[in-house]
Amino acid sequence: MPTLAKTGNEAMAEAMRQINPDVVAAYPITPATEVVMIFSQFVADGLVDTEYVAAESEHSAMSACVGAASAGCRVMTGTSSQGLQLMSEILPIVSALRQPIVLCEVNRALSGPINIHCDHSDTMAVRDFGWIQIFSENAQEAYDSVLQAVLIAEDEKVRLPAMVTTDGFIISHCMEKIETMEDDAAKKYIGEHKVKNSILNLEKPITLGSLDLQDYYFEHKMPVVEAMKQAKDVIVKVGKEFGQKFGREYGLLEEYKLADAEFAVVALGSTCGTTKAVVDELRNNGLKAGLLKVRVFRPFPGEEIAQALSKVKAAVILDRSDTYCNQGGQLYTEIRSAMYEAAKKPLLANYIYGLGGREISLEGIRQIYKQLQECQSSGQVIHFGVRE
Amino acid sequence: MALRDISKYLRLDKFPHIWCPGCGNGIVMQSVLRGIDKLGLDQNKVAVISGIGCSSRAAGYLDFNTLHTTHGRALTFATGIKMAKPELTVIVLTGDGDCSAIGGNHLIHAARRNIDLNVVVFNNSIYGMTGGQFSPTTPLNDIAATAPFGNLDPPFDLCELTKAAGATYIARSTTYHATQISNFVIKAIQNKGFSFLDIITQCPVYYGRMNKIKDAVDMLKEQRDNARNIKQWSILSDEEKQGKFVIGELHNQPRPEYTESYQSLIERHIEKRQPSPKSEERETKSREE
Ligand SMILES: Cc1ncc(C[n+]2csc(CCOP(=O)(O)OP(=O)(O)O)c2C)c(N)n1
Ligand code: SF4
Ligand SMILES: [Mg+2]
Repeated sequence: MPTLAKTGNEAMAEAMRQINPDVVAAYPITPATEVVMIFSQFVADGLVDTEYVAAESEHSAMSACVGAASAGCRVMTGTSSQGLQLMSEILPIVSALRQPIVLCEVNRALSGPINIHCDHSDTMAVRDFGWIQIFSENAQEAYDSVLQAVLIAEDEKVRLPAMVTTDGFIISHCMEKIETMEDDAAKKYIGEHKVKNSILNLEKPITLGSLDLQDYYFEHKMPVVEAMKQAKDVIVKVGKEFGQKFGREYGLLEEYKLADAEFAVVALGSTCGTTKAVVDELRNNGLKAGLLKVRVFRPFPGEEIAQALSKVKAAVILDRSDTYCNQGGQLYTEIRSAMYEAAKKPLLANYIYGLGGREISLEGIRQIYKQLQECQSSGQVIHFGVRE
Repeated sequence: MALRDISKYLRLDKFPHIWCPGCGNGIVMQSVLRGIDKLGLDQNKVAVISGIGCSSRAAGYLDFNTLHTTHGRALTFATGIKMAKPELTVIVLTGDGDCSAIGGNHLIHAARRNIDLNVVVFNNSIYGMTGGQFSPTTPLNDIAATAPFGNLDPPFDLCELTKAAGATYIARSTTYHATQISNFVIKAIQNKGFSFLDIITQCPVYYGRMNKIKDAVDMLKEQRDNARNIKQWSILSDEEKQGKFVIGELHNQPRPEYTESYQSLIERHIEKRQPSPKSEERETKSREE
């Protein structure tokens, strides 16, 4: 397996090259621009067979993706922040049409105020559109997850779109050592795109996107509900097989020194790497600290999280975004709801941190564990790291 | 003649600016300020609205009422401001991508209404901010990050586009012809209606480099060599026009302005509370019943 130095964006573009999608339609936006820019260079150099569409906005880009997927193509794109927001009108149509489009999303704060740095508000804003959402801790995971996302999205039981996210600049622009597959191995792993339906197949004409009112709209939403349920097992299966083949196994969650932990942090994305370093340090000092990394946010692994946290005394849920609903961040509100039926539940606190790229340091995580040990009751929502 | 000090229009605490050495954006911004200065406008009665892009950053450096909005939407914010406060001079600073790709739809509709906005396009024929992707004004066959083999899409002539859509004052100039720009800014502001200035500027970092133009000075020289004023232009044959472009005042044809028409509509129908013919009809009917 080749070992390479790659930024998160380069890693995602490399995965796209190996996937060799039929169509990529995109519009540039910082910090995701590089993903599609590097990929478009592959197109120009003849390294892939992809039809590249440089659209005049993200709305058009995602619309072109839908058109291509309707014709039976394997389709990918990439974006961030305002771009993802501008795709919003089309995103639920993609899941409703059951199109396995894979999107490389680089997490960036939403305007306003305008900001180009990392938080999760963009991805969270589209969490209820029937897309699978996978977060990455680093460039390696981004590369691996983009490849897996194709298999997950295209699985017969799922056939839903998927977005794989990295954290803007923290992962997207930082260079790390990653292991990639040989091209042949990747090609074999990804396999041929099985076309289920195509509007271009005159032998088997289909209707897409027709008007659907009180009569059948509701029924036509149910397959998405069902597919999202199925997606959980498929993600686990794909992650396990990936481990068997390439040595790096993935699941819905990753437990880090959690088995006997008394105090746990629950987080998404790159902050998990920072937290692991602090967990090691605290363990050396005798504190039973642990981390629960949530890799998959959609479908939401509620039962699995409740189970994983059942033995800890207290847990802090880290959200890099706010719901502005007075109940805490997205991860927290969903975990809290998932814990309702649990027989044993820890004290839960919510720390909203890092908005607009505000740095979260080792010292910050240390403080969070310290405050967690003093936690007496559930339900606190704290905006951590805000200046007075 | 020494140039007048225009630093009072700048938010110097926001400097240094983000623009690359050799970028034409500073020349365009300065020319706009010189126009405003000559008119002697009250800074508090001017609103400057921009979208997103290298050029749109200008709003942040200017000491007026400013709004730095979302990509492509500057004209929508500006329309709202002008409707609410018609007494303000509203200036829109935007990029070729901002106003004719992602925001192209707003451009034609603002022009159609002939609303009194003064649009200055920093037209560098590229998306500068995101790394040199082609825009709707990239010339045919030119190289862009998204057109490594040359651009296939014929460019918009933004002046023709806005003219067809209904703009009432239209001019084009270049950063080489900097002193001319201020005069057009003055005329644009004086025009009661939608004014559109297409200012050709240089992005040496992406457009220049990708198209093998040595540096910013060479780009300015190209502007000098390829621009033809409107008088010369009118006598050129189609063949002679190849690779050249027209600069100058291209269109000046006043017609009713939108906020004024709106005000008169309010006066006619709302303030006098004259019931519309239809509601009158309805009233008589209900009385009969
Ligand atoms: C919805 C959305 N999509 C994409 C972007 C990223 N973006 C910022 S500026 C820009 C292009 C700017 O081009 P132009 O308007 O020509 O301005 P220039 O930088 O050339 O001055 C893009 C695509 C964004 N900010 N918002
Ligand atoms: S990238 Fe181009 S347009 Fe942007 S500041 Fe630099 S030179 Fe100017
Ligand atoms: Mg531009």
